Amino acid sequence: MEATIEVTTLRKRFGPIVALDGISFQAGPGQVTGFVGPNGAGKSTTMRVILGLDSADEGIALVDGQPYLRLSHPLSHVGSLLDAGALHPARSARNHLLWIAYSQGLPARRVDEVLEDAGLAAVAGRKAGGFSLGMRQRLGIAAALVGDPPVLILDEPFNGMDPEGIVWMRGFLRALAAEGRAVLVSSHLMSELEDSATHLVVIGRGRLVADTSVAELIGAASEGRVSLRTAARSQAATVLASAGATVAVTGSETLTVSGLASERVVFLLTEATIPFSEVSSHRATLEEAYMELTRDQVEYRPTLHAEDGR
Amino acid sequence: MTMPVPPYRSDLPVGRRGFAQLVRAEWTKFRTVRGWVITVGVVALVTVFLSIVGASGSRGTFCNGSTCTTGHPPVAIGPGGEPVADSYTYVFRPLAGNGSLTVRVSSLSGARTTSIGPPNTPLHSSLQSGLAPWAKAGILVRKNNGPGSAYAAVMVTGSHGVRLQYDYTHDTPGDPGPVTASSPRWLRITRAGDAVTGYDSTDGIHWTKIGTAYLTGLLTTAQVGLFVTSPVSFVSESRRGNPSVATASFDQIALRGDLPAASWKGEQIGAADIYPTVPSASSWHQRSADAFTISGTGDIAPLVGGGIIGTDAGESLLVGQLAGLIVLIVLATLFVTSEYRRGLIRTTLVASPRRARILAAKAVIVGSVGFFAGLVGTALALVISRKVLVANGNFIFPLTGLAQARIIVGTGLLLGAVAVLALALGTALRRSAGAVVTCIALLVLPFVLGATLSPSASNWLMRLAPTAAFAVQGTEPRSALVTNAYTVVNGYYPLSPWAGLAVLCGYTAVAVGVSVWLLRRRDA
Repeated sequence: MEATIEVTTLRKRFGPIVALDGISFQAGPGQVTGFVGPNGAGKSTTMRVILGLDSADEGIALVDGQPYLRLSHPLSHVGSLLDAGALHPARSARNHLLWIAYSQGLPARRVDEVLEDAGLAAVAGRKAGGFSLGMRQRLGIAAALVGDPPVLILDEPFNGMDPEGIVWMRGFLRALAAEGRAVLVSSHLMSELEDSATHLVVIGRGRLVADTSVAELIGAASEGRVSLRTAARSQAATVLASAGATVAVTGSETLTVSGLASERVVFLLTEATIPFSEVSSHRATLEEAYMELTRDQVEYRPTLHAEDGR
Repeated sequence: MTMPVPPYRSDLPVGRRGFAQLVRAEWTKFRTVRGWVITVGVVALVTVFLSIVGASGSRGTFCNGSTCTTGHPPVAIGPGGEPVADSYTYVFRPLAGNGSLTVRVSSLSGARTTSIGPPNTPLHSSLQSGLAPWAKAGILVRKNNGPGSAYAAVMVTGSHGVRLQYDYTHDTPGDPGPVTASSPRWLRITRAGDAVTGYDSTDGIHWTKIGTAYLTGLLTTAQVGLFVTSPVSFVSESRRGNPSVATASFDQIALRGDLPAASWKGEQIGAADIYPTVPSASSWHQRSADAFTISGTGDIAPLVGGGIIGTDAGESLLVGQLAGLIVLIVLATLFVTSEYRRGLIRTTLVASPRRARILAAKAVIVGSVGFFAGLVGTALALVISRKVLVANGNFIFPLTGLAQARIIVGTGLLLGAVAVLALALGTALRRSAGAVVTCIALLVLPFVLGATLSPSASNWLMRLAPTAAFAVQGTEPRSALVTNAYTVVNGYYPLSPWAGLAVLCGYTAVAVGVSVWLLRRRDA
């Protein structure tokens, strides 16, 4: 995989607080890389370091093999959205994009193209101060696309979006990756990345927790689990537990069983004459996989942790 | 599930990216916030409006006897076209053709008023002895006794020794030292056509030529005579002068040449002039055929402003300018602090990671905006406020076209430099309030302090503070031949216009340097 964002052992302290404690990962082309962790894990700090806004105490962050500060046309390499609220409220959406385009020597025509792409053409002339957070996110995406960059870095782009907007954003991110762009998207809610991220970088307390493809992660979380639908939930749970399985209640008529193969579950229930309507191998949601992954992180949560965004 | 996708290649043509693109981007930022564009107009309008208000409040009233009218007493204009003081006690005779006059001055003493009252009020009762440094007693050749006439004179002075002076602005020193009864001075003046030559002597035998003046427009019959005058005198560190009077004794008078009149005639030259004098202090007394005692008040020198005649020395323009400046400071500061407040500075720095260049591009924009607002505002304020001042009967010193251009362009540059200073402070402090307050304090406090400090302390402050740059607005003439409180309260700045502007630019450069250093060093 050709790396387009390459972060190597980043360390950074804010006074006594360790914000980044040796973060390393890569985000490659054609992928939506989810950058996940609880609030304060160091996601925004990492992104600011990649973009040359903050300096790391140690470590290197490269984009297309170069430090950001060395890029001659930075917005043609990397588009970024750090804070959708970073707007002058009296400036129109179009004019906000216009100064960004001019700073890269790009013509006003390019602004109209990205307004169209972000679905903002109709409100281009309106003052950004009147925009909802969802519209500001779209404007931020448009700003990131002005230079038509192969790399996109988006910090919490789903924040404040309505369900329709979230669906749009997921599709948009997938489409960007399908064109061969590397898309790094941070989120503190794993569910937002469902159906868009193909790769995950999980951090907590400034440390890397996991760097894995979504397929592998869900596969691992699903492995050895059986979903069971039965009207006699408690009897089934008792029988299966006494046979050595771990049973979790997931609904009024559903259980998730781990530690037993599905054939064995069917056999035990039949033997005990417990009725059931469905037994299937379980497919974990991204959220479940993530909870599994970060359980230890949450348990040993430190009292001191870096505040994201300071 | 993941298929290898070829990396994305944009087909967007690569744009030119230099400093010009950055300036264009910053200009786009500026012009697309309507409030900011309107504020530029406000800067100019506030300047013009408050200058006019200030000028309207300044009224000149001229009283002749009991009737007072709007206006000012007459101002003599010298042969060079400049306003001059031309008031003294004069005892003279016509001289047809060439000739010479020799006298001995055996004493020169003086007194000044202890309080400053309005012109033409009797102040004899409160005179205090003391000779003004530029009190003058001597002999002169003069075209006629009209105001501002061409002349050449040899004189003893209060503390500047013997001088040859002519046509108000020209000065050549002779024998130094004061006149006393034990150390009198002999003075001689000769006229040959247009050439008037002055001599001095300490014994009446050995003569030293001081110099020769060539007077233009001298007719065959000129005037030759004795004069005494004493200018407004400044007690140490005072801002306003006190009119004074001087008395001199002349004897051994020898007059040679064709003298059409049989006897001496005395006259008070410039009695109703604008120059402040001790009223009815002039007198002359012929002690014998060749001896006079003469008292006089006034001056024969260039006219200067402020502490002497109290004209509007540019205060109205300055008041308007400072008000406009405060609005500009807020605008220039907001141009960067509004980005810090909303996090937009990160977008700016991501688009242009070279931070010094961003500050430079912003400086180009606010500097140009300040220059433009200053130029337009000052041009209108200067022209209109001067018209209002004149209409209200005030005397104001004439300004050459070059001086007006210097004031207008200089003030534009001043506002540009202040805008950049405010921008740099805003960048360094990242907060509007702190930067605005600091910048206003730097530019307004020195004026407030300068008005309360002694003249010398005030002048040091005006050399060192950023307000030195207001020297570009100086309109009052200065002369080495006139004692005056040449301080900011009287409209005089200690530095030349461009040196003053350089002081402000120095402050701006330091602020820009510090803010670039901080900008590079800090996380954004």
